[in-house]
Amino acid sequence: MNTGVPLIYFLILAAIMFFAGVYGFLTRRNLITILMSVELILNSVNINFVAYNRYLYPHKLEGFFFSLFVIAVAASEAAVAIAIIINIYRRFTTINVEDVDTMRY
Amino acid sequence: MIANQIMFFLFSAVIIVFSILTVTSRKILRAAAYLLFVLVASAGLYFMLNYQFLAAVQLTLYAGGIVVLIIFSILLTSQINQKFEPVEWKKALFSALASIAGAFVTIITILDFKFSATAEAAKEVNMRLVGNSLLSVGKNGYILPFEVISILLLAAMVAAIVIAKKAGPKNPDPQTTKQE
Repeated sequence: MNTGVPLIYFLILAAIMFFAGVYGFLTRRNLITILMSVELILNSVNINFVAYNRYLYPHKLEGFFFSLFVIAVAASEAAVAIAIIINIYRRFTTINVEDVDTMRY
Repeated sequence: MIANQIMFFLFSAVIIVFSILTVTSRKILRAAAYLLFVLVASAGLYFMLNYQFLAAVQLTLYAGGIVVLIIFSILLTSQINQKFEPVEWKKALFSALASIAGAFVTIITILDFKFSATAEAAKEVNMRLVGNSLLSVGKNGYILPFEVISILLLAAMVAAIVIAKKAGPKNPDPQTTKQE
């Protein structure tokens, strides 16, 4: 693969993006922003799959199809999560995770 | 070569800056817009790696679908001109430490590992190949995950409708009971 960009750069980029998502997941308190952090994490994993596929196994398509399926799973996950968030908002008029504590022990 | 490198560094700068802004911005609609930039820049990376179909899927499904869904739900549930209160410094510090430590360990491991590429010729990914492998049952066929994902999408669609629809007349309407 003669792009002039080594594989390692892609992996480091994906690692930084992944841990930005982890930071958001840990610090955010709004459900929608937590969902956005999860999307960041999934997207960084996609970049990893695609880069591995292109650089190490260019004669196969496993990484390509896996990231295709990850995108589909992310889409369905976002749809269901947003339905749940809207339902929570109807019941509690807030989507802050700390105010939604009905099931707290 | 040089053009490729410049493009890669441009895209990666956009991705890093905007993904950090996505998780730190105090305005929720802005965070969604930054997420859109990150997703479009990663579509650019896929174009760079010569996976045009995947980049198109990324643009239409992620940047076009999921971000619009997120923005709709923000408009339905949040006051858009309201700012989040800043994160407690202790929580921010420990989360940042955990993430930076994780990134550090990961990058050290990546730098240490010797990746060895195969010498086989690259396969050109065109639409015919993608469609044939998605529906083929033979070697290099992906019919099983394809069918599983189609059932998953159907289930997610049904679940989203069932969860988000208003409660029927039997249940007390939560909006009226809350206003008391």
